[in-house]
Amino acid sequence: MNEVLTFSPILIEGTITTIELTIASAIVALLISFIVGLARFSRHRFVRWTAVVYLEFFRGTSAIVQMFFMYYVLPLLGVNLSPLLAGVIACGLNIGAYGSEIVRAAVQSIGRPQHEAAISLNYNSYQLYRYVLIPQAIPMMIPTFGNLLIELLKLTAVASLITISDLTFMAQIIRVQTALTLEPFLVILVIYFAISSILIAMTNLIAKKFSKGRNTMQAGGN
Amino acid sequence: MNKIIEFQGVSKSFGDLQVLENLNLHVMSGEKLALIGPSGSGKTTILRILMTLEPIDSGIVMVDGDYLWHQKTDNKLEPASEKHLHKMRQNICMVFQQFNLFPHLTVVDNIVQPQVLIKKSNKNDALNKAEELLALVGLEGKESQYPHQLSGGQQQRVAIARALAMDPKIMLFDEVTSALDPELVDEVLTVLHQLAESTDTTMLTVTHEMNFARDFADRVLFFDKGKIVESGPPDMIFTNPKEARTRDFLKNFIGKI
Repeated sequence: MNEVLTFSPILIEGTITTIELTIASAIVALLISFIVGLARFSRHRFVRWTAVVYLEFFRGTSAIVQMFFMYYVLPLLGVNLSPLLAGVIACGLNIGAYGSEIVRAAVQSIGRPQHEAAISLNYNSYQLYRYVLIPQAIPMMIPTFGNLLIELLKLTAVASLITISDLTFMAQIIRVQTALTLEPFLVILVIYFAISSILIAMTNLIAKKFSKGRNTMQAGGN
Repeated sequence: MNKIIEFQGVSKSFGDLQVLENLNLHVMSGEKLALIGPSGSGKTTILRILMTLEPIDSGIVMVDGDYLWHQKTDNKLEPASEKHLHKMRQNICMVFQQFNLFPHLTVVDNIVQPQVLIKKSNKNDALNKAEELLALVGLEGKESQYPHQLSGGQQQRVAIARALAMDPKIMLFDEVTSALDPELVDEVLTVLHQLAESTDTTMLTVTHEMNFARDFADRVLFFDKGKIVESGPPDMIFTNPKEARTRDFLKNFIGKI
């Protein structure tokens, strides 16, 4: 174990990379979630259809293959991405597909009465979504987004396969250099668990903040 | 006095169920109308057609001199575009049975937001108007509460204030007391009654409160099976109805009128 600890600088470096990768991918995924999720409500069939194809493609194919595609295949087409960028885009696009379903389901769950109230006040559809439906849907999205964030953290481990020096990559290095197997992987398991615990705590905090003073589940009720 | 609403031969079905059959109806500007009748007789559908929530199958609806569900292009009547409906909705606002307040906004924001977004009022004017209207419906001091912190009657009064803030020419009230506990009904009806006396807004109300219909309305329409069976001043309808069907219906309310 002591031997592993002498590698703590690279473990710290790996931890930072994993966190960076997670945060950057989360931002991409969040954007994608809203764009693709809301596109499902578009008036234009082409937009809705594109969103469905996107969702089914990224949900229906392997995340590892998507990442390999970004890193190994795109250069053949003349697009060279750094490993980190390829990782962020692949993780973001993949998790964003799942996130779009969270956005769609939450917005859809806001009942017809809220639509009708907005129509009665002459809101246009942008105003309906922006000021009525989405603000009510967001508190419902947060817990599920929290779960997805953990999925994303775990997915970033795959990025070590495209030479990103994240935690998992560093564990491999330690294993090769020390011939120890149990210790490095045990250590990174603990680190992953610690990171995810922090993420869960953060999500709960945000969820609490959003539920304060409102009762959004009672849309239009008595 | 001009006709502000006119239904000409309007029919509407939901699947096999015909809820309006060749309906002709006009409402004068400033008139207060009460629509009564058994459930499923098409009263609410009339309000929902006027609020553009329910399209018509055939016929013509005129509101304030313009086609509601149609628009005229090159002398041809075509189904109304969303843009046309948007224009027509400026004149009309509806208060719903279930209040339909925005649960994520405070009471005052429920009234301020539509003014700012739709009427392009500035925030201060909108706020002043909201305060004024909340006072009118007897809810001073509730500004910063959320809808779920209020009783049903209070929520409905906020919804009325919100509709008033839009300065509509026509206000539609769809069974606004039906979702309320009995002891909360009066506070809402009192507000409506005061409104009817003090404004020249055209008001259509669907109600099962016969006492209220009698005090509130200039004219009462009795509906049954998608048709107007009888219409006239409240005194006539309630004390001396001509049609047997009206008498039968009103029997259910004996002692309550």
